[in-house]
Amino acid sequence: MTSTNTSTHKTSADIDILDLAGTKAKGQRPYFLADKQVEQVLSIAMAVATELAVTRERLASLEAVLTEKGIISADAIEQFAPSAKHTAARSLDTQEYLARILRIVQQDKEEISQDDKSMEQLQRELTQTD
Amino acid sequence: MSNVKTLPSWRALTQHGVMAQANHDEVARLNVLTHLNLHLSSRVIPGLRQVYEKHVHPAFVKDHGREPETRHEVRKVMMEDGYCQLWSALRRNTMEMRHQTGRAMVLRQAGVLSNKVEQLNKGCDTLQLDPKIEVPANINQVDIHCQPGCYYQEYFDQDVTVAASYDVGLFVTTAGLLGALSDGGGQAIANWLKTEHPNFKPKRILDLGCTVGHNAVPLAQAFPDAEVIAIDVATPCLRYAHARAKSLGVDNIRFVQANAESLPQYADESFDLITSAMFWHEASHQMLPKALKTVQRLLKPEGLTIHLEQPQYHGKSVFEQFMRDWDTYYNNEPYWGPMHDLDLAEQLDKAGFDGSAMFEIGVVAKVDEKIFGKSAAGDSGEDYGRAPVWNAFGIWKNKQ
Repeated sequence: MTSTNTSTHKTSADIDILDLAGTKAKGQRPYFLADKQVEQVLSIAMAVATELAVTRERLASLEAVLTEKGIISADAIEQFAPSAKHTAARSLDTQEYLARILRIVQQDKEEISQDDKSMEQLQRELTQTD
Repeated sequence: MSNVKTLPSWRALTQHGVMAQANHDEVARLNVLTHLNLHLSSRVIPGLRQVYEKHVHPAFVKDHGREPETRHEVRKVMMEDGYCQLWSALRRNTMEMRHQTGRAMVLRQAGVLSNKVEQLNKGCDTLQLDPKIEVPANINQVDIHCQPGCYYQEYFDQDVTVAASYDVGLFVTTAGLLGALSDGGGQAIANWLKTEHPNFKPKRILDLGCTVGHNAVPLAQAFPDAEVIAIDVATPCLRYAHARAKSLGVDNIRFVQANAESLPQYADESFDLITSAMFWHEASHQMLPKALKTVQRLLKPEGLTIHLEQPQYHGKSVFEQFMRDWDTYYNNEPYWGPMHDLDLAEQLDKAGFDGSAMFEIGVVAKVDEKIFGKSAAGDSGEDYGRAPVWNAFGIWKNKQ
């Protein structure tokens, strides 16, 4: 039994958001394809596909706003050079991006050090009567 | 493309007072995942029946000289099939992506959310936390439905991350069919009571395993003169649920940290109505009979207990059972299958009810016009457990 009162005395400033967001759910992770690594690549591909869709939506939003306001031409974007501040923000974005699309690798790493039980094992325990 | 139905955006959800705020790309990500779930359920899942009927089933019969007799036999052969493996890999991965997306969004504002919750809850005696309540065995070794941290983990003092992320993500797995406040389950019970039993006016209602209180709120609104007591074992859920209900202007719910196995603080025959939604399949063979006995003890004579669940497996084909049972092994729901195998009338009998009086009804979540518009109909593909069509089982206590 674990107490719900897992008082950590941490504040919200102490948490590692990238790690916590992608952390693995407790319980052994099933793999379905014949080759585990192929399935991990599939996971990465699906995450990348999601991010591409998000980017397409953002570009669509951007184009719509800029067109509505009659502000830019394609040339203006070609000529744009990011400032130091922009560059730093992009670096952070890219790190978050990579943590998202490589979640499966993080979780595989976490599973190495965790002693999770299989659903079959848990089912045996949960179906024992007093 | 004209015959393709469009889905509402996550933005259409009601932004209650403690809802995590989503930026442009987070909304886009949640919407992509919602569409991915719909794609899997409406376009990929139908292929599984074809695979079974054309290849897997004939091969089984050829090898064994008989029909498959159990869902476990079906599972063994289906999970060796490439199409089924690919669908499974995609479904599992989509669930994991949904959690990562919700968590990333909530975690970046975790401090702000926890402050909002604290402000709303300050000085209220309607939130009763009890640090002595332990996380029960049915949820402490597995993060149910692949939700990291399950319902109870706290990452810092006063944290509500797991609850806020759960609330954010319900839309994604149900494609919005639970409504603008993800409260379709509670609304379905309230509507059924108002329609079928208009004279039943419960004064005291108990909701078991309330999580973020999304199903207790519509009950409290349907019966504004009633006192609703919503219990759960999970601290972050209760904190969040209380603040959420308060921000929605609902003040007749008391959120109490307690375990449904034994509720010594409540007197015998002290509730008119006892409900739960999607609660029993996360229990265990040890916990379920004790909790049902507690329900029996707490229910007033002529009181009603009613529970939303997925349908029991009995009477379903072994293929359909296999499909419904996928979550048991591959979505961290180890008790899902065993619960759906139970003879519920027998369980009620053992708990002290007259099990022969048990009734089962189909309850469908009302499509919320707020997010779907007036013309929408819920005719998406059968999703074997994800679509909001429930089996409710219930029993009136000693009703003549």
